[in-house]
Amino acid sequence: MSEFLYVYRGGHREKQSAEAMQQIMQKWMTWMQGLAEKGHLKDRGHPLEPEGKLVSGGGKNITDGPYAEKDLVGGYSLIEAKDLAQATELSRGCPILERGGLVEVRPIMRM
Amino acid sequence: METGDPVEHLFRRESGRMVAALTRVFGFHNLALAEDVVQDALCRALEVWKHHGMPDNPSAWLMTTAKNQAVDVLRRERTARTFAPEITRLLESEWTFRPTIEAAFGPHAIQDDELRMMFSCIDPRLTEEAQVALILHILCGFSVGEIANAFLSSAAAIEKRITRAKKVLASATRLFELEGAAEFCTRLSAVQRALYLLFNEGYHGSNPKAVVRVELCREAIRLATLLRDHPLASTPSTLALLALMCLHAARMPARVDESGSLSLLPDQDRSQWNQQLIQDGQSLLERSATGDELSEYHVEAAIAWCHASALTAQATNWAQIVTLYDTLLRIRPSPVIELNRAIAVAQHAGPEQGLTAIHAIAGCERLYAYPFYPMALGELELQCGRHAAAHQHFSIALPLARNPTERRFIEGRINACSCPT
Repeated sequence: MSEFLYVYRGGHREKQSAEAMQQIMQKWMTWMQGLAEKGHLKDRGHPLEPEGKLVSGGGKNITDGPYAEKDLVGGYSLIEAKDLAQATELSRGCPILERGGLVEVRPIMRM
Repeated sequence: METGDPVEHLFRRESGRMVAALTRVFGFHNLALAEDVVQDALCRALEVWKHHGMPDNPSAWLMTTAKNQAVDVLRRERTARTFAPEITRLLESEWTFRPTIEAAFGPHAIQDDELRMMFSCIDPRLTEEAQVALILHILCGFSVGEIANAFLSSAAAIEKRITRAKKVLASATRLFELEGAAEFCTRLSAVQRALYLLFNEGYHGSNPKAVVRVELCREAIRLATLLRDHPLASTPSTLALLALMCLHAARMPARVDESGSLSLLPDQDRSQWNQQLIQDGQSLLERSATGDELSEYHVEAAIAWCHASALTAQATNWAQIVTLYDTLLRIRPSPVIELNRAIAVAQHAGPEQGLTAIHAIAGCERLYAYPFYPMALGELELQCGRHAAAHQHFSIALPLARNPTERRFIEGRINACSCPT
């Protein structure tokens, strides 16, 4: 088994009704639960706050966000899968895809 | 109606509770700020729970999140904004700041706040449509789109209605006080009326999607339950209103048959009626029979109970139903109620008597656009064996159908007219 990082980008935080938000949340919980039950969820990971700092210019330039909505990393999880093909296949059920977001599937480099 | 799963519609329910509590602290003029905080709390829940699952007590988690946000907002903006007048002073000192916030978010305080918000939305300066839309928006967390969908209206029209209504409400800086308010009784009956309309929109509404209608009924029952649970608001008419909702809701599962077709009361599979709701309705109706108040809700609940307690359509006590309709007409004269009475007369004394009663309805021209008027005429003519007359009435009813289910039903009746049995 190899490990992969799912990076969730974009596709969230626009205004929604209470019921719509609950439905999105439940879809996520169902999807995560499915991954966990099949032993693919190494670490549920975390959501990220939308704000943050960008440090550049050799450490001299420090700016606030702002991140383009579509690039905003909303969170990450750690996945176990046979290979990149399987990890990619598993990501296709992610609810973020229904809302214009994307999942970046990145193999974790081994020592 | 009340399902066993506390998580179902949690966001909707908690959104109303959080807005109410926050508005109490922020003041009514800062309703938009309260709504933003709630939106944010729900967003945080969505983000955190989708990774980590739901906490053991999701309601408490949400309320704590909203409370912490409120603390941030109050600290950040207490010099720039005015908040609720009755607590502004308490927010100025660090000694009283935290205790004030904690008290505002205590479980009892929130229950009261929800009721006060409900009473505030039923402002006499607003139309009934605006009141109902506001209740759905503020207390039930319905988006403009969801309300528009429920009432088969355009989102723009609902948006306008809600924006206007909020402007009217914003002129009051505080929520309606339940205790000691001179207009409490008047306002309570307006609140009951709005919840009754909300329920009816769900029960008799024209929306073709049964799911949407069930949601409206569920919310009406939830809000009426809040009234029941408050010592001041739990009057006999409140109990009767809730009884009426339970007894009607009990029959909802049987109103559409397996093929998705409309099933009228006499043809319904009564084993599908929700017995728990019938029992709840019956005990509420019994409890409502105290004091000398006889509201329209009492009478309507009694009619619904006659139906719900009959084991078969034939076993229904139609004579009693006719008498109850007579009482109802004295309290609230209406051609629709007269039509219902005439249908009960037909069940009790035969179709010819029913037709006579329909033809005697005063102001029946107000029923011409109501599909159930020609449908009732058609049904009774058919029972009298006058197929041509029945056919004519059903043909008048057909273009009045409000959704595909009704249309299919009427088409079925038209077919029944051409094949005499």
